[in-house]
Amino acid sequence: MIEEGFSQGNSLLHRLDARVKILWVVLFSVVTAVCDQWPVLTAALALALAVALALALAVAFMARVAPRELVRRLMPVNLFVIFLWLVLPFTVTGDPSFTLGPLVATRQGILYATQISVKSNAIVIALIALITSTSILTLGHAMHALRVPRKIVYLFFFTYRYIFVIYREYIRLKEAMKIRGFCPGTNLHTYKTYAYLVGMILVRSSERAERVHQAMLCRGFRGRLYSLSDFSMRTADMVWMGAMSACVVVLGLWNG
Amino acid sequence: MDNGLIIHMQGVSFAYPGRGLVLDGLDFSFHQGNRLGLMGANGSGKTTLLRLIVGLLKPLSGRIEILGRTVKEEKDFVRVRERIGLLFQDADDQLFSPTVLEDVAFGPLNLGKTREEARAVARNTLQALGLEGFEDRITHKLSGGEKRLVSLATVLAMQPDVLLLDEPTTGLDESTETRLVEILNGLDCSYLVVSHDMDFLAKTTDNIGYMSDGKLSFDEEVVPHTHIHVHPHGRYTHEHSEK
Ligand SMILES: Nc1ncnc2c1ncn2[C@@H]1O[C@H](COP(=O)(O)OP(=O)(O)OP(=O)(O)O)[C@@H](O)[C@H]1O
Ligand SMILES: [Mg+2]
Repeated sequence: MIEEGFSQGNSLLHRLDARVKILWVVLFSVVTAVCDQWPVLTAALALALAVALALALAVAFMARVAPRELVRRLMPVNLFVIFLWLVLPFTVTGDPSFTLGPLVATRQGILYATQISVKSNAIVIALIALITSTSILTLGHAMHALRVPRKIVYLFFFTYRYIFVIYREYIRLKEAMKIRGFCPGTNLHTYKTYAYLVGMILVRSSERAERVHQAMLCRGFRGRLYSLSDFSMRTADMVWMGAMSACVVVLGLWNG
Repeated sequence: MDNGLIIHMQGVSFAYPGRGLVLDGLDFSFHQGNRLGLMGANGSGKTTLLRLIVGLLKPLSGRIEILGRTVKEEKDFVRVRERIGLLFQDADDQLFSPTVLEDVAFGPLNLGKTREEARAVARNTLQALGLEGFEDRITHKLSGGEKRLVSLATVLAMQPDVLLLDEPTTGLDESTETRLVEILNGLDCSYLVVSHDMDFLAKTTDNIGYMSDGKLSFDEEVVPHTHIHVHPHGRYTHEHSEK
């Protein structure tokens, strides 16, 4: 489920124009992704951590929760990274480093896997730090202001709005099954029941979408969503954007 | 257009694909200032009727005239929907914006109001329904009753001539229901309320229609009776006492 635990607050990071945050994260991600020099990557990771730390300190009452929360949110990426670790060291050709039964791990392979781990963690930490300090709502509007195609922005909003409703529907169906004595096992009955459950959720979601669209039509919807909020760049935003972008550019140049 | 006739349906029939007729030659007229209730068994076609009026469904046969014009196609109904607001049976269908203020302002913005105007209309509507302070609440985190009142606000913010309400009292506690009664009675607007709650209809409407066999009938036409009832609405109690 989507949680917005970090989005409430009044620090510099929170007040920063959402457009600035998105632009900077994109810039940072691209530069970090193409860099391959170790000192540069370390610096990038440090930069990302510094921004994350700023957020953690800003959300003072959560400071103790923040590191654990950060680790929890890094899990999905690192799950993927673990798979790379299982494969890369043994498949990249180079100087042998150690052997594991019939498998030979190479120094190049290990370095390559490490590099990917550092890069992906740096990018995700920066993303978490800046994006989670923004409410989903503001993010959507910022995307719109940055000329992201309208359909993607709508998709983003509606996903946010209805994922809860669909989740609740799923829970309701599951409880209804439980109440009537269903307990999952490894048999045809279980598979069939789960197939019904998934099918039912799909059907209900599509019917829901139909009704939501109708409700929108009833209120004069003609294919355009208007936003109530406006963005304005303040001096603080400019300064932040300037300074932080400079950091990233320096990283890029350093990498050569 | 005679004396404020807003909705005029003649011989309207409707069936969902692969099923029998839900509405079968239904006649219905609705005038400016009417406050009507609508009752009928589950599945008798009340929701279907409301959807036909705002053009979400199209009749198989029959004529629908709204504000003196025959309406047939989608583009005819675009204008109808600006004048006739529909409150859906399920509030989750109606509230799709992340925050309350944005959702209430959605209709006014579509009607071409500026942001400031839309914001002002939204605020006033919320205030009129006693929902001050709800502006920045997240819609899906509201309680069921709050959702329903906010849905009502989203429809009222379009300042419609006629309000169609589909079971507005389901899931409301007694005090919220009382509030809804007060709100409806204070409205300067004609409306048609679908409900299974006789007491609620008695407090908010002047006449009650009854759906059965795909047709709609009203007190006076069906059961002309002169004896005095305890209830303001004769037919329903009447039917019970006869049984
Ligand atoms: N989308 C649909 N597809 C097929 N049949 C439908 C659909 N919606 C409703 N029906 C059927 O049409 C009939 C009338 O439904 P409708 O929703 O208008 O009833 P209702 O009077 O509003 O009932 P309730 O009091 O339960 O809300 C029912 O028999 C129902 O099963
Ligand atoms: Mg209904």
